[in-house]
This record gives sequence, C-alpha cells and structure tokens, in this order.
Amino acid sequence: MSTSTQSQPAAAPQRGGEYLLEVQGVEKHFPILRGAFFKRKVGAVRAVDGIDLAVKAGETLGLVGESGCGKSTTGRLMTRLLEPTGGKVILEGRDISHLGVSQMRPLRREIQMIFQDPYSSLNPRHTVGSIIGAPLQVQNIKTAHGQKREVQRLLELVGLNPEHYNRYPHEFSGGQRQRIGIARALALQPKLIIADEPVSALDVSIQAQVVNLLDDLQREFNLTYVFIAHDLSVVKHISDRVAVMYLGKVVEVGPRDGLYAEPLHPYTYALLSAVPVPDPDRRDKAQRERVLLTGDVPSPIDPPSGCRFRTRCWKAQDICAQEEPLLRELQPGQTVACHFPITTEERSGKGAQAARAAAAEIPVAASTDPFAEPIA
Amino acid sequence: MSTSLLKDGDPAPYRAGSAAQSFLDVRDLRIHFKTDDGIVKAVDGLTFQLERGETLGIVGESGSGKSVTSLGILGLHRRGSAKISGEVWLDGEELIGASPERVRTLRGAKMSMIFQDPLTAMHPYYTVGKQIIEAYRVHHKVSKADARRRAIEMLDRVGIPQPQKRVDDYPHQFSGGMRQRAMIAMSLVNNPQLLIADEPTTALDVTVQAQILDLIRDLQAEFNSAVIIITHDLGVVAEVADDILVMYGGKCVEHATAQDIFRRPEHPYAWGLLSSMPRVDREVRERLVPIKGNPPSLINLPNGCSFHPRCPYVERNGIPCKTVEPTLAEGTQDHSVACHIPPAERQAIFKSDIAPSL
Repeated sequence: MSTSTQSQPAAAPQRGGEYLLEVQGVEKHFPILRGAFFKRKVGAVRAVDGIDLAVKAGETLGLVGESGCGKSTTGRLMTRLLEPTGGKVILEGRDISHLGVSQMRPLRREIQMIFQDPYSSLNPRHTVGSIIGAPLQVQNIKTAHGQKREVQRLLELVGLNPEHYNRYPHEFSGGQRQRIGIARALALQPKLIIADEPVSALDVSIQAQVVNLLDDLQREFNLTYVFIAHDLSVVKHISDRVAVMYLGKVVEVGPRDGLYAEPLHPYTYALLSAVPVPDPDRRDKAQRERVLLTGDVPSPIDPPSGCRFRTRCWKAQDICAQEEPLLRELQPGQTVACHFPITTEERSGKGAQAARAAAAEIPVAASTDPFAEPIA
Repeated sequence: MSTSLLKDGDPAPYRAGSAAQSFLDVRDLRIHFKTDDGIVKAVDGLTFQLERGETLGIVGESGSGKSVTSLGILGLHRRGSAKISGEVWLDGEELIGASPERVRTLRGAKMSMIFQDPLTAMHPYYTVGKQIIEAYRVHHKVSKADARRRAIEMLDRVGIPQPQKRVDDYPHQFSGGMRQRAMIAMSLVNNPQLLIADEPTTALDVTVQAQILDLIRDLQAEFNSAVIIITHDLGVVAEVADDILVMYGGKCVEHATAQDIFRRPEHPYAWGLLSSMPRVDREVRERLVPIKGNPPSLINLPNGCSFHPRCPYVERNGIPCKTVEPTLAEGTQDHSVACHIPPAERQAIFKSDIAPSL
C-alpha cells in the first residue's frame, strides 16, 4: 500500500510556487493498540492513505465525502494539527510535514481553521474578547490601537456588535458563535483558512448568512479556503474546485461546474444522485434514476484491495480488485481515479436506470472490520 | 385541510368534541412549558389533518416546535411539566384527554416514532434483537421464540444483512445507517398505522439518507400508514411529503401541498427558507439571500406576527404586522397562509421578486 502512494503526479505538479498549499502522497495511519501493560500495535486505521491535493492562492477548494472518509483528518493534516505518518505537506514551497510546535508557530499566521461545532470550539469560561484576542497574544502581535480595538474591529467585520466584547459564548446563538470562530480565524490575517464543516450545525436561514459572510471575507482579503463539508449543495455554492474523497483516498478532483454536471467516478455519480432534489415535480424522475449504493463504507482498517470503491461499484471488473486506479486527467482540470469512468449515456434516461438496477444487485458485504466483532 | 388558528381565550375550536373525520386530526394543539424565565409556548395552536397512506412534512428551524408537536401526539410529555391543551384524534379516539395507560397501549402499536439519533434512542446494554422483541411482546401475547422470529423478519425487511446473526448484536456494533434501519424495524414491528419520523436522516450521510428515505417510502406503500416526517431539510420533504406544514415560533405559518410550497409559496418565511437554500439542481447563484436576524425565543415571541422582525415586507402599505397577529386563512384551495398581505399581492410579490432569484 505504502509503495503506491507517491506515484500520482496528475493531481500535484512537482513545481512549487504556483500553489499555496500542496499535500503529496500524505498518509495518516492511527495505530490500534491492544494489551494491558505492553501496548502492541495490532493494526492501523488508514484514515488518510496517500492523497495528493494542491490549493491555488485565492481559490476555494471543496472537500466532500461521507463520514469516515478522512476529510477532517486531511484538514487537520493541512493545518498540521496532526503530523502525517507519510508523505509531505508543503506550504508555499516549504515542507512543513514534520515541524515541531515551536517551528510551526510562526507559520500559524498563514493557516487558520474554522471548526464545525460552535458550541464546543469556544471556551465557555473566556469572554469573546479574550477568545478572539488569544491568537494575537500567542503570536505577540502589537496592533496600532491596542488589542481591544483590534478585536472590536474584527467583531464588526464578522457582523457582531463590538460592544459585546465582554460577553461569554453562551450569550450568543449558534450562528453568532460561528461568527466568533470566524473572527478568531481572521485575527492573524491568514492567507489560508481551512473550514471544517463550518455551517453544518446551523439552521438553513443562518447557514446562508454565514456562507455569504465567508464569501465577502474572501473577496475583501483575498483569502484561500479549503471548505470541508458533507453537504454537496453548500459545497457547490462556495467552491471553485471540488475534491471527492472515499475511504482515505481522493477519487475525483475537478472544477466545480464540470464535476457536478459530469461526474466521472461512479462514487461521485452515486453521491450526487443521492442528494434530495428540492422540487416535488421532479422527484419521480430523480428517484427512477437515483443510484442507491448498497451497504456501508468498508472499514478503513482493512480496506478492499485495488480500487476501494469496487465492493459497492456496479461497474467493477476483475482488474478493479487487482490494480489500484491512479488519478488521470480525463477532462480539462478534472482528474479521476477509476478504471471504468462514467460515460455520457449513463448519466440520464435508460442508462441511469440501468445503473440504478445494477447497483441494487450488489450484495451487501458483511462487515469486514476485524475489530467490530465482539471478542469471543 | 381546513385549518384555523385561534387566539388565547377564544372558545373551544370549531367542531370541538365532534368525532374526527380524518385518520389523524390535530385540533388547536398547545404545548406550554413553565420555566423560571417564563412560559415557553413551544406549540401554540396547531391544527392539521392526515389520512392513511399520506405523508405530511413538518418543516421549521430549531426551536420552531416541530419535535414538541410529535412528542405531544404520542403523549410523551410529562404531564407535570408540560401544559397540553387541544385535541388529538387518532382513528376516532381522542388522545389528550385519554388515560396514560390507554395512550401507552396505543403507543408502539398503533402509532410509533423513529427518532433522530439511533445511538441515544436505543439502549446500549441490550442487544438490538432484545429491544425489538420487547417492543413486540408488550403488544402481542406470543412466545419469545415467535417474537424473535418476528424480529429477524423485520431486520431482514429493513435490509440488514445476515439478520439471524445481527439480531444478537449490540447497537454499537451497527453502523449509523444500520442502526437507523434497526430502529425503523423496531418502530414498525407492530404495524403502526401512524408513523412519526423526527429528523430520521439528519445524522446520516447522503447515500444512506437516500436508502432510508427509499425504505420509508416502500414501507408506507406496503402498510398504508400515515407518516409525519419532521425535518429542517427542505430537500428531504420535497422527496417524500404530499403536504407540507411550515412552522415558525410554535405556529403553522403555511400549509399546502408539496408542489404549492415549492412552486407557489406565499408566506415570506417560506420565501426566505427557499432563497437561503443553496441548490444542487440549479445554476449557482452569485449570492444566497438569507433571512436577516435570528429565530425568536419561544418565551418572548414578538407581538403581532412573530416573523415581523425578520420580514422584509413588514408594515407594507400600513398593514399592522407589529400589533395584530395574522390568522391562518385558506387563500386558494388547500393552501393556508398566516400573513396579513392580501393573497393576490403575495402571489404577485413571489412572482416578481422571489421566483426569479431562486
């Protein structure tokens, strides 16, 4: 497995400079330990297993996938909140994969993160002022009119009342808390912000407010976003390019419009067809042509050989089990890791219905997770 | 779908006491909680009907009273802490005034519920099979072996692989989607005629969500049950619901067929929901149009129309939005809206201002 990870040149050109952030063949395996006194390693969760991604300055890269596909781990590797067990993370041409805490600290001004849960990502015992001011203090940044003024400027920037400087997080609603998280991320004027499910905990009407705020801030400060989410509609709205992950691998990367209109990987296709259509008049057509995957995502402890999607794929052949497909560029800018990409005929009408029928035929695999069974 | 909202202090609602004509008939349901900060009016005068074989979608944001409504119908509120008034008629039987014992015999048998989070709704200490068997044996006098056969049959019906083996697994050994299937099996084990699904797919991934919605649709066709699906996701209701009821601040603000809610919505709140939702099936809009402000507190609802602080059309042409509460009135056929703007004007606003930007 580990030998095949650095051999996918299509997604990440070797030259530095034009990309703000690159990950090359990056891996994160979490060890599984057993034993009372002497912990021995009995396996590893291959959360991220050799992915290549590159983020251009000024763009928004959407990262989608289902829970457990490794998208959040990827985000944490990019911000170096986690250390990769293999591969490289390159920020502006500099390899930051294994830098220590103190070496990373100056670089934290460049990359900041917005977290999913606005309830648990703010310390309830700190005031808003000290939460947003914390990055300034840690980095020892002196602002022109003092820290309080700077924090109040940030509060105003994200649409909160600057007079709420001394309030505590519990005095704010979910949407307002998420704005506090955004203000904290903006405090150091970063170039890159990794947003991990920033709107999924919010109500629809509030979600739109925060999405618009992120849009405005990007335009004003020329920010680069990596937007991690499972909601395909929000990702479509906000992203320039989209990467689709499945079981620790990137299966497809492409420009937003191309990828949503003409997905090439069967998994992307199934994922997009599963999105509920908010249009009652078209629901019958959508349901007839919807590809329903059977079963669940296999365990990342013991992923299938070859292509990881083959156990649920209706197009799988023998080669899919033997050979891992590499990312190759089939449309301009759109790369896909699949031996048998989706064709135009399969995208609608009879072809789509045939795909639906074929996908429904696949037997549900029994759990392959060796650690899910009770210890006999 | 004749619906009406009555103000506090009005005499009992129309048709009160008369036997119901619909399978499920909820009339002027009010559920209030007394707290130290004041009375939380979680549900405040909700009226709707539902027939067997039909699906009603209840849509609203957090704190709009959707879940409290469903728990109220099932009689799951503690009588001490919740003050419940109004009537709930299920197949000709009134439930609010009925004894707790009577409601308990109906709950799980004639009406049942699918909860949002199957990990907290199932007991971690008992196997999945044991919990389904218990649900069956409470309502049927059968042997344990028969009940076990029934549990395996239900697990198989909802698409759990190897049900003979998985029946003895604990909830934590199931994946999220399988747990939700197991809970659906549990709630369907007694062939309920009314099924309430409270955010049944919110915790699930989109591919699993599609599987579960498909399953609920199939089972409904098979058992001809009445289904209430409660969600904040407009996509989900568009997929499954025949009728949609939009709740805001504990009240119904719009109630119509699914087609009407998406094609011809008339309440400004429904417009706001539709415009703030990014859509995967359309060209990308430059900007979303959010609703300004935040949902109201149920303790201190704004006077007049509770949506007025967030409504872009407030006090239009001198309408007293801030002082007079609008009643839910039937505009066109089967389409009730609680808004002061005259129906013709609402439809014109939607056509000219809202629809083009959707």
